[in-house]
Amino acid sequence: MNDPLRDLYQEVILDHNRRPRNRREMPEATHSASGDNPLCGDCVTVYLLVENGKIVDASFVGLGCAISTASASILTEAVRGMTPAEAKAHFDRFHRGVMGREEDPRLGEAIALLGVREFPMRVKCATLAWHALEAALADSQKEKS
Amino acid sequence: MATRVHGRPLAYLDNAATTHRPRAVLDAMDGFSRTSNANVHRGVHRLSQVATDAFEAARETVRISIGASEAAEVVFTKGCTEAINLVAQSWGTANLREGDEVLLSTMEHHANIVPWQVVAKATGARIRPIPIHDDGTLDLSALDTMLGPKTRLVGIAHVSNSLGTINPVEEVARLARSAGAKVLVDGAQALAHLPVDVRALGVDFYAMSGHKMYGPMGVGGLYARRELLEEMPPYQTGGGMIRTVTFEETTYAGVPDRFEPGTPNVAGVIGWAAAFEFLAGLDRKAVQHHEDDLLALASELIGSQPGVHVLGPIPSSRAAVVSFVMDGIHPHDIGTVLDQEGVAIRAGHHCCMPLMARLGVSGTARASLALYNTGEEVHALAKGLARVREVMT
Repeated sequence: MNDPLRDLYQEVILDHNRRPRNRREMPEATHSASGDNPLCGDCVTVYLLVENGKIVDASFVGLGCAISTASASILTEAVRGMTPAEAKAHFDRFHRGVMGREEDPRLGEAIALLGVREFPMRVKCATLAWHALEAALADSQKEKS
Repeated sequence: MATRVHGRPLAYLDNAATTHRPRAVLDAMDGFSRTSNANVHRGVHRLSQVATDAFEAARETVRISIGASEAAEVVFTKGCTEAINLVAQSWGTANLREGDEVLLSTMEHHANIVPWQVVAKATGARIRPIPIHDDGTLDLSALDTMLGPKTRLVGIAHVSNSLGTINPVEEVARLARSAGAKVLVDGAQALAHLPVDVRALGVDFYAMSGHKMYGPMGVGGLYARRELLEEMPPYQTGGGMIRTVTFEETTYAGVPDRFEPGTPNVAGVIGWAAAFEFLAGLDRKAVQHHEDDLLALASELIGSQPGVHVLGPIPSSRAAVVSFVMDGIHPHDIGTVLDQEGVAIRAGHHCCMPLMARLGVSGTARASLALYNTGEEVHALAKGLARVREVMT
């Protein structure tokens, strides 16, 4: 019954791929950053709206495969309500999960993305949006105090 | 080819990326390494002479295979990319001036775009893309209009790596020549599928790759007409390409040595020549029929599936490539699912981002065939696409 494809393309990933959440531009964003994967040409931009020290909105735009689209969609749902520091900790948690064996339950739906560990060629698809998130968090120029 | 992938027999349909090597090629390389290994053009000793003779015999084999006038018109490089860089850096830097134009087809591989951008930046020359039709064929009448007194060079792939389009190189060369422009052909994808005669094609430069035509990686070459080579300055410099050196001045060797500094990939060159001989020993018509049959079968089996669209011209104007997209499914996901089914294809932009932009896709899935592929492997691909739909939707 062990089907590696089903471990990779879990229902939660297919669902986020079919109906990506928060896929829109955000002109009012306080933080944003883009990332691309030169291997496949996929690109993603992550937008954050931080007010009073909290991420009150998160969105993304971009073209990508099922893994990168679902990853961006899951990420934007997860970080809403977090402080930037919590979002950075969430990124670290995900990064540790993808690179190692760890499955921190606080990752929530993002645990489904850890299936890429069995597909080394696809790890970058899963991490693309998360690296854009990390870069966006560092892009604090327009942050409202 | 007995390799198994994920418990299944491997259907290797990524031959436009690299082909596998026949025993004749492996034996030729191994034989050189075991019995004749020495540096070429260097020693007075016996083994060096044997190695040099084998190296120059390989040059002659390449010459015969592509119909060049003399062996000196074949320059060995580490591949097609280096051959194009050689022309861009050497011929381009010496001949391009501000306002000059280099025309490149929209379907060029990045390897026939970026080297020209670098030279254009240094010289003030301008790159203009030659448009293509929606079916991925070259717009010859647009080329005719674009050609003018400023055109110095037309660069065109003989066969598109992304779509398989066979370009009308002879016609392009005729048009370019009448406008006084040189023609460079990127032949990387052609040599495995088509007989090539550089003089009949009427081209000035023809860039080649070993590993895309059953030869080894890390070797390829440039055909250039002698009168052009004679006028071209060195591309890279070092040992083996000089006549005399003092700390004040160096005079350079003649062609082709001037363009081959350093110790060449001798075993690779010998393996590449063996690949040409391997192809020459086959009934090329039969090979072409086999590949055409596979291509027609693949195009039919893939194109007839729901939500699948084959890009590029009709199969009779294509060489051994089926590039396709599936509604709502990204090429990378297609590639991953097919891999689990034991089918190896390429997914992505195929180093042709301007072409992808022109076709309005971010990438494609590409199955590329070789003479050793079978109908069964094509059926495995078609079956795999049903599995892609099942997993992804």
